[in-house]
Amino acid sequence: MKKRVLAIALVTAMVGSMLAGCGSKGGSGETGTDAPAAAADGAKVVKVGVYEPASGDNGAGGKQEVLGMQYANQETPTIEIGGEEYTVQLEIVDNESSNDKGPSAASTLVSAGVSIALGSYGSGVSIAASDVFKEAGIPALGVTCTNPQVTEGNTHYFRICFLDPFQGTVLANFANENFSAKKAYILTKLGDDYSTGLGYYFKEAFTGLGGEVVEETFQEGNSDFTSYVTSAKNAGADVFFAPVSTEAAALIIEQAAAQGMTIPMMAGDTWDSNVILNAAKGKDVEIYVTTFYQEGGNEEFDKGIKEWINGDSTAKANNGGDDTIAAVTAMGYDAYYVALEALKAAGSTDAAAVNEALWDVSYTGVTGKIEFDDVNGDALRDTAYVKCANTETGAWDFVAEQGVN
Amino acid sequence: MDWMSRNLPYLMAGISVGGQYALIAIGYTMVYGILRLINFAHGDIFMVAGLIMVYSTTVMPIYIAIPLMILVTVLLGFLVERVAYKPLRTAPRMSIMISAIGVSYLLQNLALYVTGGLSQQYPAIPWINDTVTLFGATTKRVTIITPILTIILVLLLVTLIKKTKIGMAMRAASRDFETSQLMGIKINSVISFTFIIGTFLAAIGSLLFFTNYTGVTPTAGAMPGLKAFVAAVFGGIGSIPGAVIGAFIIGICENIIKGLGWTTFSDAFTFALLIVILIAKPTGLFGEKVTDKV
Repeated sequence: MKKRVLAIALVTAMVGSMLAGCGSKGGSGETGTDAPAAAADGAKVVKVGVYEPASGDNGAGGKQEVLGMQYANQETPTIEIGGEEYTVQLEIVDNESSNDKGPSAASTLVSAGVSIALGSYGSGVSIAASDVFKEAGIPALGVTCTNPQVTEGNTHYFRICFLDPFQGTVLANFANENFSAKKAYILTKLGDDYSTGLGYYFKEAFTGLGGEVVEETFQEGNSDFTSYVTSAKNAGADVFFAPVSTEAAALIIEQAAAQGMTIPMMAGDTWDSNVILNAAKGKDVEIYVTTFYQEGGNEEFDKGIKEWINGDSTAKANNGGDDTIAAVTAMGYDAYYVALEALKAAGSTDAAAVNEALWDVSYTGVTGKIEFDDVNGDALRDTAYVKCANTETGAWDFVAEQGVN
Repeated sequence: MDWMSRNLPYLMAGISVGGQYALIAIGYTMVYGILRLINFAHGDIFMVAGLIMVYSTTVMPIYIAIPLMILVTVLLGFLVERVAYKPLRTAPRMSIMISAIGVSYLLQNLALYVTGGLSQQYPAIPWINDTVTLFGATTKRVTIITPILTIILVLLLVTLIKKTKIGMAMRAASRDFETSQLMGIKINSVISFTFIIGTFLAAIGSLLFFTNYTGVTPTAGAMPGLKAFVAAVFGGIGSIPGAVIGAFIIGICENIIKGLGWTTFSDAFTFALLIVILIAKPTGLFGEKVTDKV
């Protein structure tokens, strides 16, 4: 009997410590939400939802995207809507990079009463949550979800980034022009809308240019990529194209280097992250990515955000421990201002009004001019930056600004 | 020669990953042999071993971190048994299994909390992390070491079980739990010892596995754990040689399937194999045939 009591006490203690852990996490969020309301001396509050992954496959990228929004929020914490001063409050939820858990995270935002939602990093989760936002009548502004399906056929989902058909074509052109690649090895993750989508558009464009492709897929939870690298080598591919999450990418780079794979590796916007730089540092690999922003594109923004990241230990940890500016951070920063523009134009915090106002927003941010087309609400963008990982310094080298002819 | 250098990497990857599965599978099979319990937390202990290594190398040199990691992992395995399984020894078998699932989720979520959900880069261990060339195929040295080390450890383990007193006690306990207690075997220390061996091998397995596949995430233990479990069932759960052979077969088949270009089906194959084996031979390759006496 005594032992049983002891066991129960131990279990309670363990569960208690876990709850305490979760509690402190939720607690910091709550103090974050309470503080501005109190500080603003009765000023009104407008809530901007942040629907991003903070854990799972895309956790690293999601956190970097949120950093941009947080920085923008502390830079411009208030906004005038319809002649009244409002405090902008970020409601941050974690969609866990999971298509199953995304909708419930989105519902949290809906019940928090946000006027607009930003996100997500990763197209799959954006598509998964789309209906939740639609039913609640809340507009969503995609930051770096590049799959066409996110905005296709709906009027509530917008986005400020370029699309995969564009990105895939840019990458295929680049491979063809710079490496005279005839054969490409494409590795995508099963069930990941972003990965399979971008792989598909790359293949379309690449075969259109007269190239040949070998396609393979891997599954959730796979960490053994040696066989894929071997297959790419055996197939005699000229480029290795892997539009996958940074988590898988780090493993692929490591294993490709271990097996002495020398062909260039290419990927889309997800790879523009210091996770990749850290994985590639000191290794004999060649990595090219297309992305939204090149560090140095806007001196003032670069300087400001670096200062902020270096001054805030949590922000620095969320940025992967250094002050490299990820393109997604710049995009998150711009997304926040686009949302503010929409709120201003709407003249109210009503979600439906904001949705209407978004169509006509025109804003020039650090990543360029942002305007939406009038069919799907996609940003009109015609250039992507190509960067190459410098394996000695562990930084990105600018290669080219590439468009589609 | 060309054929060799083209196909050898698949085989090497298969043997190496098979060795890593084997080290985990032994933990499953030994615990099952004695307690008739499927220790679902085993894969997560493997993951925690990886995380301990990640964090310990940030504050201490690697030659201290490795023994420390093994020690802490073994301690964790021991504690899990004492806290979550021992109080339930007389409870129905289902309760203890649920308790194991609980521990598994507890460990995963603790890891999620500690890491913030991000993949942690496993430290590069000198020497075994070096790149070597074998018959024209380039790989890490760990790939070659893994099967050798696995076989040495298994031979040691078999000797331990066959020749020592504690080994004899373990065999007795697995044969008949209650009678061995009546015969004066201290069953609790035998069980603790089983968990210690199991987690020790999982710690070594995690060292080898994560040196090859360097990202540690809170769910990193789930897939290898599941595959190792399949290997244990495949080889006949309760049998150590069975688990080892099963693990090698699964590792090699998986990579050959990938080599043939059917990458989409490599996991499906693993689990289909399990179903087929269980239909044809319900006790697995080396499983004992159990007859219930009335």
